[in-house]
Amino acid sequence: MITARYWREMPQRYRYEAGKCVKCGYVAFPPRLICPVCQAREFQTVTLANTGKIETFTVIRVAPSGFEDEVPYAMAVIKLDDGVQVTAQVVDVDLDEIKIGDRVRVEFRRISQDGEAGVIFYGYKFVPA
Amino acid sequence: MRDVAVIGIGMNKWGELWPSRIRDLYVEAALLALDDAGVSHIDSMYVGCMSSGLLVGQEHLGALMADYLGQAPVPATRVESACASGGVALRQGFIEVASGMSDVVLVGGVEKMTDIDGGSTTYALATAADQEYEGFHGVTFPGLYAMMARAHMARYGTTREQLAQVAVKNHENGAKNPRAQFPFTTTLEGVMTSTMVADPLRLMDCSPVTDGAAAVVLASVEVAKKLKRHPLVKITGSGQASASIALHARADLTWLGSTEAAAQAACKMARCSPREADLFEVHDCFTIAEIMVLEALGLVEKGKGGPATAAGLTALGGEFPVNASGGLKAKGHPVGATGVAQIVELAEQLRGDAGARQVQGAKRGLAQNMGGTGASATVHILEVES
Repeated sequence: MITARYWREMPQRYRYEAGKCVKCGYVAFPPRLICPVCQAREFQTVTLANTGKIETFTVIRVAPSGFEDEVPYAMAVIKLDDGVQVTAQVVDVDLDEIKIGDRVRVEFRRISQDGEAGVIFYGYKFVPA
Repeated sequence: MRDVAVIGIGMNKWGELWPSRIRDLYVEAALLALDDAGVSHIDSMYVGCMSSGLLVGQEHLGALMADYLGQAPVPATRVESACASGGVALRQGFIEVASGMSDVVLVGGVEKMTDIDGGSTTYALATAADQEYEGFHGVTFPGLYAMMARAHMARYGTTREQLAQVAVKNHENGAKNPRAQFPFTTTLEGVMTSTMVADPLRLMDCSPVTDGAAAVVLASVEVAKKLKRHPLVKITGSGQASASIALHARADLTWLGSTEAAAQAACKMARCSPREADLFEVHDCFTIAEIMVLEALGLVEKGKGGPATAAGLTALGGEFPVNASGGLKAKGHPVGATGVAQIVELAEQLRGDAGARQVQGAKRGLAQNMGGTGASATVHILEVES
């Protein structure tokens, strides 16, 4: 991953910014240029909800490149209190205790690193609320 | 639009084929298909392939394969739609013949997956999801399907045993397929005690990493009737649909909307319902996927795919035989080849040439291929003229 790409994604990863369709209210995360619901093209910047609940989850035991040292780790689809769903890791939790419906809260964490001497990627993970 | 026939089929034995280069895999299958059809000239060709760039460091497969097949200067096009690359390539070939633009078109699919280490393969496959908003966080393909499985289990009561039954059934069939990568049988216990990959999915819930290729020759019915080498097998329906690239963007995590839409389009063209097919080749990249596909095709009610599988509905000899070939699970899953290999199996079955795994009296077959977590899907219907 190159630096420009990481820089470009900072508003979403660091500030958790989404685009809200001014016509129908659909919240696009990440932002889009056209609303998939009503086709409007005007959005206002909003910040996503900090809390939500686990819709479904898994524990990754065979990792892709860059995450080999992290296994086992939990990943979930989280439905935020504003209705937006995101995929993220759930951390600081006993892996045997996670359940669908658990309340979680967002935190800013280190995600991975680009190669041995590369840039460190930060972003959102979730912890028990 | 005119009718399109499958006049030639070819597939090599799949597995970890270390001595073979990606070009050898494709050309071997293509030659088998051309010989089976009895043609030496084609008007154009397609190459379905997902990720040769990441897996073997080679792009531009259209020209490469045309060159090594000795067919240059015919138009040669690579088609990529993740694990649906083969199905989408087939549809492109179908459209080209149906439109009258070409009379004879070769469609092949290929993937060479065992040249690199496991982490890199897992990464390459994960690019079929939303890299920036799923892959970035460390999710894998088994992980995404595991989350679909967990949601399906919570919502419908689908059990661990029912998932395992998909693998047991497909290995039962695959053991009868001489070209399968893993032609052995297994048991519920064997599946449920295999290594955990992404809870609740274990190694034996997952299709393998495979080197392999498959190819078919498509032609106008006029050409097919002139050659007269095999019973006339026609593609009577073709459908393709898309859905959100990210799993989390779907309102229902347990529903494969693109498969439902592709099936509707294919069936409308073929003037039949999925339930009227005699056999099915579907995309069982993970055990839960086959269960969800049964539901999306309308073979069973929503949520009933697990119990139906456990009851034998989809076994060879059941009401809806699914994956007589062994499916992705036992036959192997060289991702770009899979959608084409499904057509090879259906054509062989409809000709009555499938040996020990033959579905008796099969007249109509349905193939369903999908990419990612179902962001792309194709459905094709084949029928044999009696």
